[in-house]
Amino acid sequence: MKKILILILMTIVFINAQTPSAEMILEKIDENMTSENQVVTSKMIIHGRRASRIIESKSWSVGDSKNFTEYLSPAREQGTKMLKIDDNLWIYTPSTDRIIKISGHMLKQSVMGSDLSYEDMMESQELTENYDAKVTGTTVIDEVNCWVINLIGKVDNLAYHKRKIWVDKNKYIPLREELYAKNGKLLKRMELKDIKNINGRWYPTKMIFKDMLKRGQGTEFVIDDIKFDQNIPEYKFSKAGLKR
Amino acid sequence: MIKFLLKGLIRDRHRSLFPILSISIGVTLTVLMQAWVTGILGDMIDFNARFTTGHTKVITRAYSENMQQMASDLAIVGVDELTDDLEKEFPNMNWINRIRFGGLIDIPDESGITKSQGPVVGWGINILTDNGSDIERMNLQKAMRAGKIPTKSGEILMSDELAEKLNVKVGDDATFLGSTMFGSMAMQNFVIVGIVHFGTTALDKGAIIIDFKDAQEVLNMENATSEILGYLPSGKYNNELASEIANDFNSKYSNSEDEFSPKMLTLSEQNDLKSMLEYMDSIIGIIIFVFIFAMSIVLWNIGLIGGLRRYGEIGLRLAIGESKGAVYRKMIYESVLIGLFGSLFGTIIGLGFSYLLQTKGLDLSSMMQNTSMMIQSVYRAKITPLTFYIGFIPGLFSTIIGTALAGIGIYKRQTAQLFRELEN
Repeated sequence: MKKILILILMTIVFINAQTPSAEMILEKIDENMTSENQVVTSKMIIHGRRASRIIESKSWSVGDSKNFTEYLSPAREQGTKMLKIDDNLWIYTPSTDRIIKISGHMLKQSVMGSDLSYEDMMESQELTENYDAKVTGTTVIDEVNCWVINLIGKVDNLAYHKRKIWVDKNKYIPLREELYAKNGKLLKRMELKDIKNINGRWYPTKMIFKDMLKRGQGTEFVIDDIKFDQNIPEYKFSKAGLKR
Repeated sequence: MIKFLLKGLIRDRHRSLFPILSISIGVTLTVLMQAWVTGILGDMIDFNARFTTGHTKVITRAYSENMQQMASDLAIVGVDELTDDLEKEFPNMNWINRIRFGGLIDIPDESGITKSQGPVVGWGINILTDNGSDIERMNLQKAMRAGKIPTKSGEILMSDELAEKLNVKVGDDATFLGSTMFGSMAMQNFVIVGIVHFGTTALDKGAIIIDFKDAQEVLNMENATSEILGYLPSGKYNNELASEIANDFNSKYSNSEDEFSPKMLTLSEQNDLKSMLEYMDSIIGIIIFVFIFAMSIVLWNIGLIGGLRRYGEIGLRLAIGESKGAVYRKMIYESVLIGLFGSLFGTIIGLGFSYLLQTKGLDLSSMMQNTSMMIQSVYRAKITPLTFYIGFIPGLFSTIIGTALAGIGIYKRQTAQLFRELEN
């Protein structure tokens, strides 16, 4: 009997020792996905209530703080550029030849009619700073073993008070994420698919976003090309760069 | 007999002055109330019809679920064909296309940097298109405070409070930011050519008006519109007729399985106007009823007091042989004359006040600073044919009922005791 009890206790200790802390998992995700900078060519396939459409763009980003996006097609969007520096977002369209700062309620608007808002684009990915994280269990998604992490906001004014992330146990890649309001209402759902090894990093090349408050079939974000640690000129992240 | 009764009434002012005064006051209030309520509710309905609801409105079923959102992605497509169909099916109606949209207006400084910014409600109306039919419908000429009505594409009108808030004047540039019909970023430069004051806080606080074609272009709504408004040929709303047209249209064009199929709504089915229309129908009746009821009690009392004062006179008349019925009837006839004079005076005074309120109006804008409802801020009375005779209904009825109730006492007088009472 004593032996069985010791065995059970040892098993529990062993299992707990196998479960890393949520902070550690999130750090590992950052290690895997964050690079000094990246250049991404992608397309957004927006499945609206009426029809679907494809918007192509190219983005240059440095960490979470700087991002420059230029829309390549369709013709109406071609030449539209967006610049994000820290908490500021500017937009430029060739038809107006003006640079306008997006602020206030406009940040809640959808980006190009997709299921993503400007606010989503502005959000810092450093989750451990804003959320208390806890591993709440394990599950299997598409035959992949995952940790389930719950994140509860510890600061005010967060766009999403609660998050739930499913993380691949082996590759430390989030496979699914759900974003909730303070009242517990599910606001957005993300699925990350087609995980590929790019320059030694595991990276999802297809993301499906669904705004749960919006009708439609969601937005697919497909990465056509991604390059890490490139030489990006500093002018790219200046307002003058928007008009170039 | 009328001459005889009149003489009695003129000579004995106790019998005429106070009742006529009471009735005049009541009738004045009735006339004023009727004109005021008719004016306010009529203006509200007319204002809503001209600006937002039309007498009928065609939208998609999806758009109708939440019209306040003004979602351009739920707009009607193939609008040219649909408008042709409407014109063929209902040739007497006036059909116009409108686009309502929300967004942000950004004002640049000399170097093109944002000077000020604010949310706006936009209206794409027929200014350069359809012979500028909306200029008159939306009273734009009268609403102009500065500048002119747009004469070419790329020009906009801005509401006065918004212009003040953004610190802009006629001739300044403004950039509109919003979402296209497909959800993309819509950005367009405009020149402010006119400042307007609509007289409704909801609009004056933050509206821009552009030409319909410009709105189609900015919002990428080729051959699309958010709303098709229909106006009855008389220019006045008729719920029965509008419902008939809407039912006819919906049976032919609307499909409950297709959320983007068109659906026609009547004015009363929008902006909670149904209850307002019903209220308008019943309010006049309520005013008359309340007045008759209240004034009858007042005049009953006056009659009772008069009866006490005229106790001796009535007793003498009965004693010298006049029948109780004859005395009662003459009192009723007197009350008819009093009612007629009171109503006449009251109507004249009430019409005077109503005319004043009709021409000058009452500006309640300071009380409506935070309202977002589509209601005007200057309220006016409206004199209608009913205003001229409505006061006579309660004026006459209340005096007759009051006198009839007070006069019942005549039948309780005992003939045998009349002389003994007179001796005392």
